[in-house]
Amino acid sequence: MERPTWAPEDVNVERPSVARVYDYYLGGSHNFAVDREFAEQVMQAMPDAPAAAQENRAFLRRAVRYLCGLGIRQFIDLGSGIPTVGNVHEVAQSTDPTAEVVYVDIDPVAYAHSRAILANNPHATVIRADLRQPAGVLADPKLREHIDFDQPVGLLLVAVLHFVPDSDRPADIVAGYSGAIAPGSHLVVSHMGAEGLDSSQDQALGLYKRSSTPIVPRTADELSSLFGDLTLVEPGVVRLSEWRPESPDEPAARENPALAAVARRD
Amino acid sequence: MPDVTSQVRARQESGSAGPDGEVATVPAAQPEPAVRAAPGPTPERLARAWARAIAGTSFVSMTPAELRSYLTGLAARLLSAATADTFEASVGFEVGVALVKAHFTQPASLDHTLRVLTEQLSDVGECTRAPALQSALAAGYAHALRERTLAEQEEIRAAAMLARSEAEAARWASEARFQAVFAGAVIGIAIADIEGKIVDVNQTTCDMLGYTVDEFRQLTVDEFIHPEDAPGIWDAYRALTRGEREHFRLEKPYYRKDGQIVWTDLAVSLIRDQDGQPRYVVTMVEDITERHHLQTRLRHQALHDPLTQLPNRTLFFERLGQILDDADDDARVGVCYLDVDGFKMINDTLGHDMGDYLLLAVARQLHSSISGPGQLVARTGGDEFVVLVERSAGPDQLVEIAEAALAAVRAPVQLGGHEITVSASVGVVERAAHTTSATELMKAADTTLHWAKRDGKNRWALFDADRHAREVTKFELSAGLPAALERGEFLVEYQPLVRLEDETVMGVEALVRWRHPKLGLLGPDRFIELSEETGLIVPLGQWVLGEACRQAAAWRQQYPDIDLVTSVNLAVRQVQDPSIVAEVSAILEQTGLDPGSLQLELTESAVMGTSGRPLETLHALARLGVKIAIDDFGTGYSNLAYLRSLPVHSLKLAGSFVAGLRPPDCPDPVDKEIVATLIKLAHTLHLTVTAEGVETREQAARLRTLGCDTAQGWHYAMPGPPEHVLALLESSVCQPSPAI
Repeated sequence: MERPTWAPEDVNVERPSVARVYDYYLGGSHNFAVDREFAEQVMQAMPDAPAAAQENRAFLRRAVRYLCGLGIRQFIDLGSGIPTVGNVHEVAQSTDPTAEVVYVDIDPVAYAHSRAILANNPHATVIRADLRQPAGVLADPKLREHIDFDQPVGLLLVAVLHFVPDSDRPADIVAGYSGAIAPGSHLVVSHMGAEGLDSSQDQALGLYKRSSTPIVPRTADELSSLFGDLTLVEPGVVRLSEWRPESPDEPAARENPALAAVARRD
Repeated sequence: MPDVTSQVRARQESGSAGPDGEVATVPAAQPEPAVRAAPGPTPERLARAWARAIAGTSFVSMTPAELRSYLTGLAARLLSAATADTFEASVGFEVGVALVKAHFTQPASLDHTLRVLTEQLSDVGECTRAPALQSALAAGYAHALRERTLAEQEEIRAAAMLARSEAEAARWASEARFQAVFAGAVIGIAIADIEGKIVDVNQTTCDMLGYTVDEFRQLTVDEFIHPEDAPGIWDAYRALTRGEREHFRLEKPYYRKDGQIVWTDLAVSLIRDQDGQPRYVVTMVEDITERHHLQTRLRHQALHDPLTQLPNRTLFFERLGQILDDADDDARVGVCYLDVDGFKMINDTLGHDMGDYLLLAVARQLHSSISGPGQLVARTGGDEFVVLVERSAGPDQLVEIAEAALAAVRAPVQLGGHEITVSASVGVVERAAHTTSATELMKAADTTLHWAKRDGKNRWALFDADRHAREVTKFELSAGLPAALERGEFLVEYQPLVRLEDETVMGVEALVRWRHPKLGLLGPDRFIELSEETGLIVPLGQWVLGEACRQAAAWRQQYPDIDLVTSVNLAVRQVQDPSIVAEVSAILEQTGLDPGSLQLELTESAVMGTSGRPLETLHALARLGVKIAIDDFGTGYSNLAYLRSLPVHSLKLAGSFVAGLRPPDCPDPVDKEIVATLIKLAHTLHLTVTAEGVETREQAARLRTLGCDTAQGWHYAMPGPPEHVLALLESSVCQPSPAI
């Protein structure tokens, strides 16, 4: 059906939302019974799910710190979800309180909640947009109030690209962003891997597949190809826990097939 | 520990309180200043064990080092409380709160914490203190977790409500916007369900079609079928409702409630529900009645003759093309192509106004007497009309129509006070539709109309393929003549002229032939008339003359003793050409031929019609010493008195008289008498006589008896190449040709 752009969407809290399910994995209570029910089903199939979520979150923290270390002071978190402990602005602003952060999410509840959290933060904001439309996201006036595209940007696509099916041309989406950012900008990606999946992980993916937000796992090669002409920084596309661990005893979910990578625009 | 501090600070500022109502003012991660030296674990050692136990149990945004540092602070407070002079169990409560604040929200975190503390604090301080600290810690943890959970639940609920109310507001705004668009649109909007029941229409639609909204709601889409609906639109509509297409556009007429017709431009779109199932059909309706009428008028103007209002040439060809395209295998089609006789004269004498008036009258007559179903009367040009018969029953029907048309045209017309009667000619063509094209058909009609005109006007002619083929061939021959002459496709054959007295060859007649590349050897009957029409006879005749003289001179040179006359035909146009004398003279000079050996044959009409300059020409030719013969004598109207004064030497009797002498038993007595008389007449005028077409011995004998001088014909010899003549000359005496 051709939907006019001004037609409003339903806010349906009767269906699980990936953002709130993720919050539940992380031990948050920003979720509803329907989200918890779905999360429990996944956890029944794959008890490691919360650990994997934690590992992903830890990667986000390491990556943002890495970018801060490179002098990057502005971030766009695409598919940011429900704000939870260790948010990008918390990590970035702990390095520089004036670091600018723009969260982008399409989930109306996540968007409303993020606004409440960020109401008093002059250097962080949230916009509601579909990350699959880079031109629309980058043209958002609220985003442009915070982001200076002449300066390097940290662009985060953390645990979100695997919700974009091939039919939506994820490489074009990434290119849409990477083409708009200044040299020295970095793209941070974590993504469900397609290699070394055990039966419990397959089962969990099956649950997502039947939801309104199916997950498309991708191989390391497939993920690499999404970066286009960006340059992968060391150590390239690796498992989450292998991406620049902060200490040898970094807690790691065993056998987590999720992948991580950071790439630079030269 | 940059991550946690802000979070923790925020929580503290919002005023989370301990069980005793005290505000926890000590930042959780701040190291305790004084730790009493005592046996047992140090804060660092406790923190290390603790971190090991709870790392990974919950999500906290800390590196392992940060976590150890954070727990070191908590451990110091616990150890301090365990060994302090006055025991404060509330420290345990605060540590429990601090764990939740660092986001150790999973029950396993508490479980592991209590186990570590049980191990590590068992030997520290008074034995009652450790359990008291642990239970206070559990209480603090439970309290903080409960607070946090409630707060987060509240936050997410508030966010959901906010999102919902925003969506509601957006929907409201969009609904209002849609309502405004729907109600205020100057084009009609109608919504029907998939069964075709009309659900809603806007005011513009009501105004356009004259129904109220309530009346519309009693109607279904099917009730708006109109006889002039374009074919296929209802198929398109059904395909749309089945979800096979999304939209289509068309022009469609509607009956208004009051019966008037409204022409509309429609855009019909399918609306699907969230699952993609067809749900509604939305139609945007624009009233284009005026535009439609204008277009209709313009189209009418473009396709009709302004004077007579009959269909014009364009419409005629459009319809003809359509008929031919749609024709079944056995369909036949016909046209009567009519042209008013002498119309130009009427126009010129009575003026164009009268001419137009006459055409109008003819058009009306034709229209009223001929326009049956499947018959189209069109005006295709000035005074040209066509009747197109769509499904012809055969030539008879067309002839009937042609006669009706002729009768219609013959009806007297009142023209400026005069009663005028005109006639017309009609070319009729009728044929199987799939064998022809519009162009071919009309070309044939044009040809046939010309036949009717040529045959005397005021009549019809029916197309005759054989006649047409002959004319086409004739035309092609005629058109091919000049090139043929240039390419040297002509040749000259010679037929002996035999002296009847002793049956010796006294001369030959030069006869031109055309070696046509496709049609083979053609005799003069096939092309001389054509070349006379086109004027090519002049150069062709000259060429024949030259060729014959050259040949005659060659014979003369070879057989100087034999006196041979070479007779060459001269066409009327050649005689009329003033340069003919000079040309003949030049040819004689070039070839060296004795003028007395050349005889020029002219037709009776060429000779008799001569006066003035042509007569001069004749005399001049005679003065050159050339002999002159009248060909085909007896077929024209010879002025015998005049003949006497002409410089003529010989008469050639037309073959038709000679033919009468042919029957072996009893020759035609009249022909015989005529021939005898003509011979006598010629001899009286001192002219010699040659009989043409002598085919039998009896004929030759009879002619000899009648005193005829010379003869030519198959009885003696067929026309042949110069070599045949040569053979005859050598034998010197002519024998009847074995070819006869």
